[in-house]
Amino acid sequence: MTYVIIEHNNGKIEDISFEMLGKARAMGNGVTAVLLGSGTGDMVAQLGAADKVIVCDDPAFANFNPEAACKTASSILSGNTGDIILVGNTSMGMEIGPGLSASLGIPLVAYVTDIADGTVTSSLYGGKMSVQSAVSGGYIASVMAGAFPGDDGRVDGSPATEAATACVTSDLKVRFKQLIAPEGGDVDITQQDVLVSVGRGIQNEDNLEIVEELAQKLNAAVSCSRPIVDNKWLPKSRQVGKSGLKVKPKVYLAIGISGAPEHIEGMRDADTIIAINTDENAPIFDYADYGTTEDLFDVVPAITEKL
Amino acid sequence: MNIVVAIKQVPDLVEELELNDSGTDLDREWLKFKVNEFDEHALEAALLLKDAQGAQVTVVALDNGLDIDKALYAAAAKGADRVVKVTGEFEGYVSSHAAAKALAGVISGMSPDLVLTGVQAVDDLDGQLAVLLAHELGMPHITVVTDIEVNGSTATVQKEYGGGMVGEFEVQLPVTLGIQAAAETPRYVPVAKVRRAMKSTDIEEISGDAAGAGAGFEVTKMFKPETGQGAEMLSGSADDVAARIVEIIKSKGV
Ligand SMILES: Cc1cc2nc3c(=O)[nH]c(=O)nc-3n(C[C@H](O)[C@H](O)[C@H](O)COP(=O)(O)OP(=O)(O)OC[C@H]3O[C@@H](n4cnc5c(N)ncnc54)[C@H](O)[C@@H]3O)c2cc1C
Repeated sequence: MTYVIIEHNNGKIEDISFEMLGKARAMGNGVTAVLLGSGTGDMVAQLGAADKVIVCDDPAFANFNPEAACKTASSILSGNTGDIILVGNTSMGMEIGPGLSASLGIPLVAYVTDIADGTVTSSLYGGKMSVQSAVSGGYIASVMAGAFPGDDGRVDGSPATEAATACVTSDLKVRFKQLIAPEGGDVDITQQDVLVSVGRGIQNEDNLEIVEELAQKLNAAVSCSRPIVDNKWLPKSRQVGKSGLKVKPKVYLAIGISGAPEHIEGMRDADTIIAINTDENAPIFDYADYGTTEDLFDVVPAITEKL
Repeated sequence: MNIVVAIKQVPDLVEELELNDSGTDLDREWLKFKVNEFDEHALEAALLLKDAQGAQVTVVALDNGLDIDKALYAAAAKGADRVVKVTGEFEGYVSSHAAAKALAGVISGMSPDLVLTGVQAVDDLDGQLAVLLAHELGMPHITVVTDIEVNGSTATVQKEYGGGMVGEFEVQLPVTLGIQAAAETPRYVPVAKVRRAMKSTDIEEISGDAAGAGAGFEVTKMFKPETGQGAEMLSGSADDVAARIVEIIKSKGV
């Protein structure tokens, strides 16, 4: 049996859950979904790719709580140390995956991009290396977003449900307080035809001027990778990626961005990707349509000038 | 308040990564190492708490021979009060499960209120350290943390989700946190100050033990990924390349 920990947010099942369900189906040993939530009926009806859904429906799960989720998942799966358990390599999954590995005492393979006959493939070193591991017996795989097609797992239906008997929702040391939505930005980078996206290769805040000039000429918006936001050079609303926004512009110019998996997650669906990066081995070139290893400080002003 | 920060060295991805002869690991001999960038954020988060409300900050690292002394001296120069090297059989690559076990053995003797480490590292194949470490220490955990406020025996912690959503939690101390980003950019420390710290700082050595702990699986192959067909690389001078890029953008009708 393959178990899939379902991730959801605000009553909506996250794409990663369907991607894992589709993969679990394809693995062919039967699929059990594990769903912790509050008012879960509508969600169960979307889990037709599972043969069975183990549900812990409790107001305590209206919002994610790392401690409650880990303890409950662990008690539900305590007898399943010989099975494969799929969890998203997401903010929630990074609590549950290692949490289950520690409490069940079974291995965890992280950053998983493929699973086939006991060989698990992971993406490491910022996407610069793939690693195959031989795993026997039960294990947890934390699965990268976008590794498997979601359509295979998106099946309506009414799978059999089983109410979990051992939900752990009291005596917790971690208490959920509130959800805080991000501040809206001056521009919505998800609605642009062209994004001029800048990464750590730009070196400092003053140098942003050259990408801003290019964006202006193109009538485009400037977006960026996470370090640019962490450095406070651009607002969070401009961040593309896992913890930022998912964008699908017609043209995405990736300037001085290495293409770490967390960044790729946010822009892989752009129509045309053009990457400017001096490192010929940068993973961004695996996703780009066009690339150049010329220095961004030469190419970017030259593009601006020619427009 | 007692804060322990666990850091480690990872290969600097700016360098070309070469494989070892058996094709199962990186060839570490010529690699350049640097502190995991998220561990740098964990240290910064600890130092910000120290600046704001006072704290004793201890930085611990496994002695895996990868320039760890340099990293510990730099931490001292930035403001860590105590730097500790955990000695034992940790040469080269150490799995997260083994690191959690060995670090917990040492950290538990330090009676920490907060244990901080980076949310992930570029090489943590068997999972991110923070939650594994929390389990070994018997502490609650929150990871992907972007903000910490300590109020007496509890902390208010912000955890980031996709799309910039943030969950706020209150947690009883002691707690182990995986840090995504400190509230400020990690402070820069000039080389001269690190040199002074090398003279004035003693790196404590405490022996650690990871017996019985490990990833629990074997790497059979490591290789450079080839996804799709890759990009069409534009050749010529920067000027030629710029001209081609202009053409391509225009051809997309935008
Ligand atoms: C839970 C989690 C969530 C995350 N979410 C996100 C997210 O939403 N978005 C995101 O972007 N990241 C995210 N990250 C961070 C991610 O792991 C990477 O650290 C980040 O994407 C790296 O950004 P970068 O490519 O700008 O920097 P680097 O990886 O440092 O790359 C800089 C690149 O610039 C190139 N370069 C340098 N100089 C030049 C030059 N003169 N000309 C041309 N090229 C040059 C270099 O070759 C290098 O490839 C997340 C991480 C975690 C753990």
